[in-house]
Amino acid sequence: MASNASSTPTPNGTLNSAIPEGPLPGKWTQYKAKAKLINPANKRKYSVIVVGSGLAGGAAAATLSELGYQVKCFCYQDSPRRAHSIAAQGGINGAKNYQNDGDSVWRLFYDTIKGGDFRAREANVHRLAEISLQIIDQCVAQGVPFAREYGGALANRSFGGAQVSRTFYARGQTGQQLLIGCYQALEKEIAKGGVKMHTRTEMLDLVVVDGHAKGIVVRDLTTGEITSHAADAVILATGGYGNVFFLSTNAMGCNVTAALRANKRGAYMANPCFTQIHPTCIPVSGDYQSKLTLMSESLRNDGRIWVPKSKEDAAKIRSGTMMAKDIPEEGRDFFLERKYPSFGNLAPRDISSRSAKEVCDEGRGVAKTGLGVFLDFSDAINRLGKEAIKARYGNLFQMYEKIAGEDPYETPMKIYPAVHYTMGGLWVDYNLMSNIAGLHVLGEANFSDHGANRLGASALMQGLADGYFVIPTTLPNYLASQKPGTVTTSAPEFKQIEAEVKERIDQLMNVKGTKTVDSFHRELGMLVWDKCGMARSEAGLKEALAKIPQIREDFWKNVRIPGSPDGTNMELEKAWRVADFIDFAEIMCHDALAREESCGGHFREEYQFTAEDEAVKSGYTNPGEAMRRDDEFAYVSAWEFKGPGVPPVLHKEPLVYEAVELSVRSYK
Amino acid sequence: MNLTLKVWRQSGPNATGRIETYEAKEIPSEASFLEMLDIVNTGIIKEGGDPIHFDHDCREGICGSCSLAINGVPHSKESGITTCQVHMRKFREGETIWIEPFRARAFPVIKDLMVDRSAFDRIIAAGGYIDVRTGSAPEANSIPIGKEDADEAFDAATCIGCGACVAACKNASAMLFVGAKAAHLNILPQGHPEKDKRVLALVRQMDAEGFGNCTNHYECEAVCPKEISADVISKLNRDYAAAIVREAVAE
Repeated sequence: MASNASSTPTPNGTLNSAIPEGPLPGKWTQYKAKAKLINPANKRKYSVIVVGSGLAGGAAAATLSELGYQVKCFCYQDSPRRAHSIAAQGGINGAKNYQNDGDSVWRLFYDTIKGGDFRAREANVHRLAEISLQIIDQCVAQGVPFAREYGGALANRSFGGAQVSRTFYARGQTGQQLLIGCYQALEKEIAKGGVKMHTRTEMLDLVVVDGHAKGIVVRDLTTGEITSHAADAVILATGGYGNVFFLSTNAMGCNVTAALRANKRGAYMANPCFTQIHPTCIPVSGDYQSKLTLMSESLRNDGRIWVPKSKEDAAKIRSGTMMAKDIPEEGRDFFLERKYPSFGNLAPRDISSRSAKEVCDEGRGVAKTGLGVFLDFSDAINRLGKEAIKARYGNLFQMYEKIAGEDPYETPMKIYPAVHYTMGGLWVDYNLMSNIAGLHVLGEANFSDHGANRLGASALMQGLADGYFVIPTTLPNYLASQKPGTVTTSAPEFKQIEAEVKERIDQLMNVKGTKTVDSFHRELGMLVWDKCGMARSEAGLKEALAKIPQIREDFWKNVRIPGSPDGTNMELEKAWRVADFIDFAEIMCHDALAREESCGGHFREEYQFTAEDEAVKSGYTNPGEAMRRDDEFAYVSAWEFKGPGVPPVLHKEPLVYEAVELSVRSYK
Repeated sequence: MNLTLKVWRQSGPNATGRIETYEAKEIPSEASFLEMLDIVNTGIIKEGGDPIHFDHDCREGICGSCSLAINGVPHSKESGITTCQVHMRKFREGETIWIEPFRARAFPVIKDLMVDRSAFDRIIAAGGYIDVRTGSAPEANSIPIGKEDADEAFDAATCIGCGACVAACKNASAMLFVGAKAAHLNILPQGHPEKDKRVLALVRQMDAEGFGNCTNHYECEAVCPKEISADVISKLNRDYAAAIVREAVAE
């Protein structure tokens, strides 16, 4: 395989991204031309484990089975159809240029690189933009009911960070419709016998044999039974780690366990400090709250974001003595339109979120807690009529009304940023293989395509690209070097890890403390939200790093898990996940501390533009915008686990930009 | 607010279940129904008991995990929402609330309020798909689909597979679930080649799983959180009748 000859991926060596040589637009074509193949008769001798059944995992499992591999797929939910991809609302990008508005593969690539604040790998992102075309075709063929024009052609809308309309959508339920397409393909393969599906089953550890990932240890969440599964390769498609913050828009069960366990077995964790805080979520209302609800970014096509210009008006709104409609136009600060005239309310997520925080920190927030801004549809309703708005966003408005108890057709929504997506994840090369041979990582679980900030409608695109089109092409490169079926669960490594898993469960059950699992999760979440959330500083991160070991100690001394490990025990499930979140939070804070720059979702207070900087004086950017430090930090950070209580070790993959020029990101 | 809960408790699939009484105290009216149960569970855990188990995940009405019958009605008497979207502001101070699992022979209880709905997966596996290999799709805009057909297919495709339709039906019929899938795929031109095969396979698997027959009571439509119309059942009957005739003629 053509690759950078500089190094090979070994746990102790430098990181080899295995990017094919040649000009950027031809890399994927060249790769496919030279990639290893496995003949059809031999494919069925190989077995592959896929953990996770969302867009990435479900698409991979279905497609690998179609190709003839024996697939085992695992999910913690009761059905693969419930994976959290289902909750994605707004859409999926595809560079089809059906709108004739100047879109192209190159422009989608460039928007994604720029949106990611120049911290993503060029070759991976270009491949993603190329594949975006095939994904739309595939989903339509499966019966995904995308929105259409009256003439029967597919419709598009705009999303943040782009000046073209390239987002395909299915009302406000795009993730659901794409996942159902994927799930149906998966069920079809299950019926044909190509995929053995294990629902209500959670991966608790990875088994590495002679340096190769060869299996997993799982717990059956219904019976409590611990079992091992061996295969010729392991694919993790286990989603992101947003729930480390306790409150996020992730589903309650989303967790970092599979990725963290892989990290402890040698896989590097890349860019964990790159977390996305989504600007449009329903604000927190009380400490009983279990999760936050996203309002799709698509709402920013027609909704205008504002707060009162004066603190006094904002205080009156908070106390309920004044209504939004009582404030005249000239008393309103449409802060995104003011600061970013060319992108306006469609500025990228990281920038929009920080702007909302800024105005709330100034005392101009409008929710009871002070943390909220208006998202106002009255102009759009006046211009287009209530019915048109209902057709576009009906289900989102209904969802808002149910939760907030207010009718957004009559009064503006209140929104505030919340943790939504994590760009960081396990380190992978161009093949989507981690530094452990045979361990492949797809979708949100890897770090590869979004840099320091993901653009809207790109998560669904990446999950499906990885699952339907990348891994089926790249997996044979690894498998062709492996004799099928050489490792079975009778290998001593499986027995050893199974025993370790059982011992950890016993430890958890035997703490018999007095505090609930949730109380620890909430404490951890508030700490990282405060110190490693929308704004971070050296002092705050050091404080968090001092506090996390105390939370861990308290957890292992005082957590209470009722019942027995034999059978369904949701407190035990949560406890295992929270124990892993505690360990993960430490790596995330180490990464945020080591990255002494601001980029994308990672905003270090020490590194921002001031009125003194040339870029501000020239009017190119504003004071307070993120300041990248390309000379020192244009790299992927990849963290190696070094043992419990020992700080992780940083490895760097330099980011080399051949096709684009690094620039200060401006959306003015 | 303060409430009394009457909750179905069952320690395992083969155990005998019973209704137990809990006091839910000082519940904020802004809390969701499941957050109310979280608060009650925290109290149970602190007193050394086993918390009430229930399925839930996204908590925003789309994953289809949550499945409680509240005062005898799947997802509560409020229309067009899932259990996780029910908020406590809809209840009265001092009210007694009955909480039970989605009951049906084809949905055996796993623990407390959790049930096994894998029968739905097996129905989809039998024929609820368009058989297209990854990579073999034609250019997306090569098949124009009129907006009306696209919208009608979409309305059926919004099903979240929660099973409320089955739990609400006195016959535990799965006709709304199956009808929705058949309508979604049969209306679209991409789904036409396999239309007959699909509808026969779906209905046969539904019968094999032990779901009952439809006797036109429309309870399914009334509780469906996505408000899927019972028209999909009439369409399923029409498509099935046509398919069975064509199958007989072909033989």
